[in-house]
Amino acid sequence: MFKRTEPTDCSITWQGQAIPARAGEPLAAALIAAGITQFRTTVVSGAPRAPFCMMGSCFDCLVEVNGEANRQACMTLVTPGMAANPMQPEVVGA
Amino acid sequence: MIDLLILGAGPAGMAAAIEASRLGLSVQLLDENAAPGGQVHRNARADARGPGDIQAHAGAKLMAELAASGADCVYGATLWAIEPGPTAFYSVNGAARRVEAKRIILAPGATERALPIPGWTLPGVMGVGAAQTLLKSAGLVPQGEVWIAGQGPLLWLYAAQALAKGGRIAGILDMSDPGAWRRAVWRLPCALRKPRYLMLGLSWMRAVTKAVPVHCGRAIRALGTDRLEAIEIDGVRHAADTLLLHDGVVPNTQITRAIQGLRHEWNEAQRAFRPVLDEYGHTSVAGVMVAGDSGGIGGAWAAALSGRIAAIGAACDLGLFGVEQRDALAGPLMLQRGDELAPRGFLDTLYAPLPVPAAADTILCRCEEVTRGTIDNAAQLGCLGVNQLKAFTRAGMGACQGRTCHPLIHAAMAEARHAPAADMEAMRTRFPTKPLTIGELAALAE
Repeated sequence: MFKRTEPTDCSITWQGQAIPARAGEPLAAALIAAGITQFRTTVVSGAPRAPFCMMGSCFDCLVEVNGEANRQACMTLVTPGMAANPMQPEVVGA
Repeated sequence: MIDLLILGAGPAGMAAAIEASRLGLSVQLLDENAAPGGQVHRNARADARGPGDIQAHAGAKLMAELAASGADCVYGATLWAIEPGPTAFYSVNGAARRVEAKRIILAPGATERALPIPGWTLPGVMGVGAAQTLLKSAGLVPQGEVWIAGQGPLLWLYAAQALAKGGRIAGILDMSDPGAWRRAVWRLPCALRKPRYLMLGLSWMRAVTKAVPVHCGRAIRALGTDRLEAIEIDGVRHAADTLLLHDGVVPNTQITRAIQGLRHEWNEAQRAFRPVLDEYGHTSVAGVMVAGDSGGIGGAWAAALSGRIAAIGAACDLGLFGVEQRDALAGPLMLQRGDELAPRGFLDTLYAPLPVPAAADTILCRCEEVTRGTIDNAAQLGCLGVNQLKAFTRAGMGACQGRTCHPLIHAAMAEARHAPAADMEAMRTRFPTKPLTIGELAALAE
């Protein structure tokens, strides 16, 4: 787990629940700091995934942001009131 | 048309933009992030203290010089194609744009070399570099049952930084080869041409080993159902909620490999492909240059020097001065770059990439969930290399477009085919090299 060393200054929502965040930080960091462990499930097997690279490379942190699907949570910066949800696509198999 | 387009605002891209602007070129700099710095200088501050501070000071200086340079910096810009011309295509704020430039310098840096272990796709397992980004971008430090496994300087730097900021690390598994010192030692005198690297590395290791138990070994598994719950080291179970993996970094060649006719070569010491470059950073494609770690891992200081050297080369190509003045300007920088690269042979030998796990059920391609066993089966069926492997297994065809798995499946295919890695061709990439929506693309027609 990770803990914050700096204060939060706004609030965003994850699956409708309010969580504290800092404006301008990566959305993925805000979710990780709030203890969110599952960002999406895979299309191949439905396995849970969470951020892996934090630099826009691995695409494991895909979430829905303000209604837009498949946004990289590590490259999306927090704005106050941002609404995020997990990506849970239909499993199509390998 | 602008004189010079630069991709990437890390040390190489920033230094290239500063130098080219100083020489009088019109410069546009693109970066996917909201601010300059790249990964190494992310949020670097001139008043930084503690482990990594010397690098942060260098980064802050580059950022200040870039802001004063007059270069047109576009942040939040994702480049997704380069066509002959050269013409580059990128997206910013959900709209695609086109820019024609007389020269392009690509400086997209490096990515962490993935370290696949059984269970590494579980939530809670991430890269050491990822954790460092959480620290730099949001001030997050590890707490609870956080383990680190792997090898390389960044592992020790991050652990030292995390501890200095009040973080807690439950344990470290040092996976480096204990015998590597013997192979690396004859490269030590050369490495001592630039002793800073070794002195800093040793100081980080000393600080960390005083505070954190360090285990040695290679056998590690990540265990859990919906998230990481424990790790197993040599059969011994330890509670773990986070596992940070690291095995050095590899050049980001995702864009250069997609450019038709741009030659790459296998670098055996770093076990990665790199574009074939001359001393100024010219590739085999006219107008396209490469600077920094994307041309071969050399570290931030060498990258910044490569950026300046490439900018001087581009200015000469565009007729600002002749080759004699070019060589006079770049010569001293090339000598400095040689010094910065001097420790590389030692580090590459000491931290030679770890072998790809032999266990058949270990996932190598995270996106398409393709295991080592599936890849070995494809090789037995006659699959010749990583490009054919896409058709056999879909490995490398997921959302990340092979960014994470390419070094792994390349190594696995070489082993399965009993062929030298150098003889196995690199995975071809295609534009668009980042996902692109129809809506973004439509903006080009406006």
